[in-house]
Amino acid sequence: MNDIALLLAATLASGTAIALAGLGLLLNEKAGIVNLGAEGIMLLAALAGFAAAFHTGSAMAGFAVGAAAGALAAALFGVLVIWLNTNQYATGLALSILGAGLSAFLGKDYVGKKLELGAVPQLPLLSDLPFIGTVFFRQHPMVYVAIAVALLVAWFLFRTRSGLVLRSVGESPESAHALGYPVRPIRLLAVMTGGALCGLAGAFLSVAYAPLWVEGLVAGRGWIALALTTFATWRPVRVLLGSYLFGGVTMMQFFLQGEGVQVPSQFLSMLPYLATIVVLVLISRKPTWIRVNMPASLGKPFYSNN
Amino acid sequence: MLRLEVRAQPSAVMSWLSPVLALALTTLVATALFVALGKDPLQGLKLFFWEPIKSGYALGELALKATPIILVSLGLALCFRANIWNIGAEGQLLLGAIFGGGVALWVTANGIDVNRWAFVPVTIFAGALGGMLWASITALLRERFNANEILVSLMLVYVAQLLLSYLVFGPWKDPMGFNFPQTRSFDANTLLPRLVQGSRVHVGFVLAIAAAIGMWLFMQRTFAGFQLQVGGLAPAAARYAGFSARRAIWQAMLISGALAGMAGAMEATGPLGQLTPHVSTGYGFTAIIVAFLGRLHPAGCVMGASLLSMFLIGGELSQTRLALPAALTLVFQGLLLFSLLACDTLIHYRVVLRRKLQGGAA
Repeated sequence: MNDIALLLAATLASGTAIALAGLGLLLNEKAGIVNLGAEGIMLLAALAGFAAAFHTGSAMAGFAVGAAAGALAAALFGVLVIWLNTNQYATGLALSILGAGLSAFLGKDYVGKKLELGAVPQLPLLSDLPFIGTVFFRQHPMVYVAIAVALLVAWFLFRTRSGLVLRSVGESPESAHALGYPVRPIRLLAVMTGGALCGLAGAFLSVAYAPLWVEGLVAGRGWIALALTTFATWRPVRVLLGSYLFGGVTMMQFFLQGEGVQVPSQFLSMLPYLATIVVLVLISRKPTWIRVNMPASLGKPFYSNN
Repeated sequence: MLRLEVRAQPSAVMSWLSPVLALALTTLVATALFVALGKDPLQGLKLFFWEPIKSGYALGELALKATPIILVSLGLALCFRANIWNIGAEGQLLLGAIFGGGVALWVTANGIDVNRWAFVPVTIFAGALGGMLWASITALLRERFNANEILVSLMLVYVAQLLLSYLVFGPWKDPMGFNFPQTRSFDANTLLPRLVQGSRVHVGFVLAIAAAIGMWLFMQRTFAGFQLQVGGLAPAAARYAGFSARRAIWQAMLISGALAGMAGAMEATGPLGQLTPHVSTGYGFTAIIVAFLGRLHPAGCVMGASLLSMFLIGGELSQTRLALPAALTLVFQGLLLFSLLACDTLIHYRVVLRRKLQGGAA
């Protein structure tokens, strides 16, 4: 029973990084932009956040710097794809390569460093509940932040006027433009907000989850988050639930090893990546599911002469 | 205020000038980076642009590095022309190394005496088979289930890395290797013959150049190659003409998988002579940059691969001589692709000065 509680608790924590990044990418994609640079953004932000937390001793500073670094890296990508109409896939890949290189290059001195942060505050009473307390109430605050962000994004996209405008930019930028909305600045704003969330996810990994910096710390979570938006048919709450699914699969390997399952660790480590492929196949199998839910202008540049 | 104006025709001049501009831009940033790091920028740039070509031996090393990159980038150029985003060539290359290296290891372990020249096609064919196998997973899932090939092929890179790691940490580990994660050294007769005495460049380089010529013929002179490119440029036209999009996916993925697999097998049985977890230093990703830099043209791929090999060698040299982290090369690679994409804007647009109040030309 206690094992199960710990496994579930670890699942929520492990899914949180993917959830934050996935929600950020969802915002991008709702505005019509696919950002394949997520992995690179998360790596840069993970390093920036770790460095900030290391030098200030404050986790909050780490998260703030991580989010800012994410927004900045995403802005670089955004300017290229939105104003210069560069290919979104290629530009995202460039960001992923640059992010992997730059974070490894600049992070050399932070490898093996330990963070001296205070203990994470626990909720009184609730955290003492048997089972439920372990699963839900002894988590890092960022776990609750991710849940709040999911609800906030859902509310913003589907219940506010600004959310409607953002979606219209992703569905038909020409119509939004004809109505007088500044398509390009809106897209940049969406890309930067998405980048900030990816950055927060990266900083969560290096400051709270790991907590350490190594080269390639993000380990494909950016790519998994990209797959997740499709898997969730572009719905925020489904992104959250889907990321817990991936968190569970990731944690499963440690659980199985702990239970003494005789499978080489490498095969267990393949699970999250194989699971990503499986869910992609499951959701893409019916083309109509994708077509109905996918923002109509996803990945397409917007041309106009002003 | 500067403004972009659409060109009536994409500029052919800019299309070839853009990689040069991008290289200049990257060099500029690199110079600034060396200065910021307190290193002599001239000395730094020399490591990247002079050391790799300064002697016959250096050129041999350059050709050795370029061999896998040429092969992989040729396949990717074909895929990208067909608008199929195979991002996982790295995984296909690793499977090629596992298959090709596996055959060599098997021959070595069983003490089978093989003829060196007769064995070359065996390893290379095994590698191509491995790469095709890995690529066919992506092709199948894309063609059958419409699953996004970018994400599937990329996920398979992680799986391939773990598979290789399992093999060299587990069943294929050298029993006399002091527990290092590596296979035993392959028998000398299973290794690729070298081209010239005193250089490590092997027959694979000739194969890579032949592949470039073959790819040019395929793209420019065959109906199948034409169909693939129409499918990429104008899917609707291709459908109307009755060109099968499914066949295009299979063709492009299998060809690029085979080329990447060959590259992997030749790394294992060429310069390495054994399998380790680090068979590839990201050749599959470097080749993506090369394909774009080479304008998706086979000759361009060869030139791009030579340039990026200079980057890789320069990176290794700055690690040993300037004590800079190995990731420096990756930084430069990312910068180069970024600059290239930005400069490519000039193919379709020209920069003009916006004049105020000019008759509502918006």
